[in-house]
Amino acid sequence: MIKSKLLLSIVRTLRGIGKRMIERVWRLGAGARLFCLTIFYSGESFKRFHLTLREVYFTGVMSLLIIVVSAFFVGMVLALQGYNTLQKYGSSEAIGVLVALSLVRELGPVVTALLFAGRAGTAITAEIGLMKTTEQLSAMEMMAVNPIARVIAPRFWAGVISMPILATLFSMVGVLGGYIVAVPLIGVDAGAFWSQMQANVDFRADIVDGLIKSLVFGVACTMIALFEGYDAPPTAEGVSRATTRTVVISSLTVLALDFVLTSFMLVI
Amino acid sequence: MTTNIVEIDNLSFGYKGRLLHKGINMVFPRGKVVAIMGGSGSGKTTLLRLIGGQIKPSKGEVRVDGEVVHKQDRDGIYKLRRKMGLLFQHGALFTDLSAFDNVAFPMRELTDLPESMIRDLVLMKLNAVGLRGAYNLMPAELSGGMARRVALARAVALDPNIIMYDEPFAGLDPISMGVICDLIRSLNDALGATSIIVSHDVKETFLIADYVYFVADGVVAAEGTPHDLMQSTLPFVHQFVHGEKDGPVPFHYPAANYRSELLKQTPAK
Repeated sequence: MIKSKLLLSIVRTLRGIGKRMIERVWRLGAGARLFCLTIFYSGESFKRFHLTLREVYFTGVMSLLIIVVSAFFVGMVLALQGYNTLQKYGSSEAIGVLVALSLVRELGPVVTALLFAGRAGTAITAEIGLMKTTEQLSAMEMMAVNPIARVIAPRFWAGVISMPILATLFSMVGVLGGYIVAVPLIGVDAGAFWSQMQANVDFRADIVDGLIKSLVFGVACTMIALFEGYDAPPTAEGVSRATTRTVVISSLTVLALDFVLTSFMLVI
Repeated sequence: MTTNIVEIDNLSFGYKGRLLHKGINMVFPRGKVVAIMGGSGSGKTTLLRLIGGQIKPSKGEVRVDGEVVHKQDRDGIYKLRRKMGLLFQHGALFTDLSAFDNVAFPMRELTDLPESMIRDLVLMKLNAVGLRGAYNLMPAELSGGMARRVALARAVALDPNIIMYDEPFAGLDPISMGVICDLIRSLNDALGATSIIVSHDVKETFLIADYVYFVADGVVAAEGTPHDLMQSTLPFVHQFVHGEKDGPVPFHYPAANYRSELLKQTPAK
């Protein structure tokens, strides 16, 4: 009796795991399909570029405040922590390089992507999910207007365009925050701060690699947000769950992709 | 050109093994207002989605203007849909666009008309539904009835041959209901279109429909002119038309015996 109950619970658990695995694989396939369709129907987004520009405003410009403020504080904290460690080794002049490299190579693209997922990604998912719930996407379909070309593709390209620009701004403002803490507040020599940075930050190896990362994060975060909204069950609960999933999946994807990209970039 | 603009032939459709439609036959003659009626969950809206090609039938076919809908590719479906206009139950207005831009949307997306002409056409459509003065209002600023009328103006923006209405009278006050009723009939006659109304509001539907189909248990349970159906002695039609509680359609969802259910001992937790 006890044995059969134990066996039953094991079977049930295994069945549950299998079901969830199948669901994950199915969603991965559906996401890949949406990505391919988005690329296929992207012509319209470039022909009528004002549609994409409008979305750049909503995803990019509207995210500026949170990006700039966060970057400023991140830069200041980096300078504080960096100085605290570097002064022990008598190389506090290298604080400029430390702040710049940390921002350009890692923190700029990664933190921007995480903030983007929280600010713009959730907005995209909620908007598309609500459009589905209120039958706006069905109405478009019935008017012989393809929602992927009209709604999904412009938002996708807006995210892809916005992310590297936001990451660049993040790094620039972060360096400024680091400068304010390091030079006027701590008293590091301004000439040393800038010249060390100029001498040690490489355009190809550091800045371009950072931009490539932010471009990849832009594709991933925007596509996850769009898919979650497009695939959300048309209920209030469905949209709220999709919005949460956007933040969780985007954040994990960004961190995992960062590791993969960094590994490749260091090898090449 | 066939006499019937839409023909439904031996159509079956179901979800997850449960058949919603079991061999339905219907015809929708050009220029007529035809209603599909039935209780909630009888698959009326699904029939509109099958006509619009949003879902595929399990068996049988829907022909629009002689073309089998489910055999069309994406371009073919879009070509057919350009002949159709659908008024959704809750309007489905684009919430980020004003009333004017909502009506202009299909014109801007599907035609190369100059903006000056689009402006005139939109104002004409809004005037037809009595909302020219509300052109700059956003959907959130419109009442339910007004939103439905803007959606109607959008549905007929490109003068479609077939206008489909999904529960056009649901949740409207008596004045809005009367206005929508008049609009459906007058737009149909003015545009020379065919209207398909899905509804369970007997009084309003019978007022404007030329022919009515009753759907129950996945089949066409009765059909005829509103006058014929008012006189019908078929138990289902009689119960539905006169809104009677007792009849072949039970009030209660199938359940176990009421008395034994109440007396059943629940295990202590």
